[in-house]
Amino acid sequence: MPFDVYLNVAVGGVLTGLVYGLMALGLSVIFGVMRVVNFAHGEMMTIAMYIAVTLFSAFHLDPLIMLVPIAAVLFAFGYVLQVRLINPFITRPDTSQFLLLVAVAIIIVNLLLIVFGPDARTVQASYAYDSFQLGPLIVDATKLYAGLAAIVVAIALFAFFQYSQIGIAIRACADNYTGALVVGLDVKHLYALTFGIGAACVGAAGVMMVLIVDVTPALGPAYTLLAFVIVITGGLGSMPGALVGGVLIGLTEAMAGLLFTPSAKSMFSFAVLVLVLLFRPQGIMGKRAA
Amino acid sequence: MKRKSPSKTARVTRRTFTAGLGAAGFVAGSAPFNIVRAQGAALKVGVLLPRSGYQAGIGQDCQRGVDITNGILKDLGLPSLQIMNADTETNVEVARSRAEKLIGEGAQLLVGAFDSGQSSAIAQVAEQKGIPYVINIAAAPPITEQGYKFVFRNFPTAGMILRDAFVDQLEVFAATGAAPKTAVFMHVNDTFGTAMKGGIGAVMPKFNMPYKIVETISYDPAARDLSVEISKAKATGADVLLMVSRLNDAILLTRELVKQRWTPMAVLSMGPGWYEDQYLKTLGKLSDGPLSFAPWYDPNKKLSKQLEAALAKAHPGVNLNTNHVYTFEALLVAADAYKRASSSDPKALADAIRKTNIKDNVSIGPGIQFDAKGQNDKIIGGGIQNRGSKLVTVAPKAAANGKPEWPLKPYDKRG
Repeated sequence: MPFDVYLNVAVGGVLTGLVYGLMALGLSVIFGVMRVVNFAHGEMMTIAMYIAVTLFSAFHLDPLIMLVPIAAVLFAFGYVLQVRLINPFITRPDTSQFLLLVAVAIIIVNLLLIVFGPDARTVQASYAYDSFQLGPLIVDATKLYAGLAAIVVAIALFAFFQYSQIGIAIRACADNYTGALVVGLDVKHLYALTFGIGAACVGAAGVMMVLIVDVTPALGPAYTLLAFVIVITGGLGSMPGALVGGVLIGLTEAMAGLLFTPSAKSMFSFAVLVLVLLFRPQGIMGKRAA
Repeated sequence: MKRKSPSKTARVTRRTFTAGLGAAGFVAGSAPFNIVRAQGAALKVGVLLPRSGYQAGIGQDCQRGVDITNGILKDLGLPSLQIMNADTETNVEVARSRAEKLIGEGAQLLVGAFDSGQSSAIAQVAEQKGIPYVINIAAAPPITEQGYKFVFRNFPTAGMILRDAFVDQLEVFAATGAAPKTAVFMHVNDTFGTAMKGGIGAVMPKFNMPYKIVETISYDPAARDLSVEISKAKATGADVLLMVSRLNDAILLTRELVKQRWTPMAVLSMGPGWYEDQYLKTLGKLSDGPLSFAPWYDPNKKLSKQLEAALAKAHPGVNLNTNHVYTFEALLVAADAYKRASSSDPKALADAIRKTNIKDNVSIGPGIQFDAKGQNDKIIGGGIQNRGSKLVTVAPKAAANGKPEWPLKPYDKRG
């Protein structure tokens, strides 16, 4: 097989993997700060996808233009969800949190089914069929835009946590919960902000993903599982790890489809997960537990 | 408030017992009349289709065939049918449970269900309950190889589809002077797709095809991204793309062909997807060109024109296709059998279906008859091409209303 075929498939896999990474970044942020495992993560992404599809079909609003507003809506959704529903469960056993978020996930899937029905919906953007050619390399325009947008959002998120006062305060909560309370930080508010940021991340990822795939309510659980595979591979709680994990899984799926059989490509991403769990249980960029 | 004495409210006397016995006897005696209705009452037909899920587009297209049936049956002097709709949700287990529910609700005959997996499950239920089942569309051969007594299929098996596909392809190649040397075969890995894959291995060597298959690529019918699959197919450098697909994946594959700037000499489909109305509407000019070799209708038959007119009236702008034709014909078989049986007794209906001999039909071939296995083995497949959002029958010659265009116009030169 010519080398350019491998190159084209690899680039497509990396670009899709960047969007996967952004989706998983939200999960990693929430877990890294609050130690809450968001089992409704993929379902929250489908909410963003449906908002993008609805805005496009009703008003012809391009998903990339609506990226920030939709992420803001998801931020508000995540903030309210944390304050009203999840916060009372923060100090309860993990199993209670798991069940709560699984219930939220099931409710979201069924509400989407009731409102939008079970059929696939898509966004036919003006650039839906465009591609760029650089020598032997042909890059799908929608994947390129989505991948670039994922990089921009990820950089903004890193900068927020590194340099903003609120970001530093959130990191303080993650490092030392009691210490954060002692120095007078409003931990409840910061937790809600964190959940909101995680939801905004997955919202942004959903807006980009809708350019690549058609959305159905059943997509949510599949993407929740994928997000878990990515964050565990990259390192639970590690933000760079989520991006690295996303790219690795995207690339693995693409190359496995090319080299082996496309219908079994997701099997290979699980194989990567098993290998990481066997040889580096903390994930590629995760810290070993003390 | 006083509690009533049970002895006063529910006392059973010899007189009430005798009256109850009489009532029970009357109900028991009249029960057969509920099951075996006299001619005149409409036959209750449970129609199972994937109206939601990833096959929803095709299921809803089949439904259009259901919608226009009763009007035509009336014109043909056949009894009308009472349609009981059920959604299989593109799920084998749901198909099974919906079939049981329909029978429980009084369905006297079942029709459906487009998909081989779902149809197999319904066939098991129909056979177990002793209710006749007429398959509209499903090609997996084993369905009519089980020795079922109540299952009938007016649709070709995978082997028959392939046989006719190769015959029609040779006819197209001869008409256009084309001789592709290589093909890449892509197929969905569901029951139908794998049956077709097995069939190609068995049937193709019997025909002197000008091309050889250089690569076989299977994929998930519910796949959301088929870019890798098309990259792999493109890398083979094959002349033509040989397809066995569904609707959503046909649309996804075409999008990828455009994005990856690959226009093969031809797309030769041997299943649904590429001729569906939703495919034509979603892709517009990009939908032109693919050749589908599938069970089709003879546009020159009288009943085809009648069906076309009824569809145009009920659903303007929708092209008549396999989904409408075979769903209609399944219901035609039901109405014809009901008329001849003069009864809705399941066994009488099944016997009448077995003796079906409809010459005035829609699909290509001599008509509708069933062999001992319940299979219509007389059906002939057709070759059709998408042109300007319309479907032109290009093969076999006897049923053609146009000549094939070859090769596929490049996707980047379509304006």
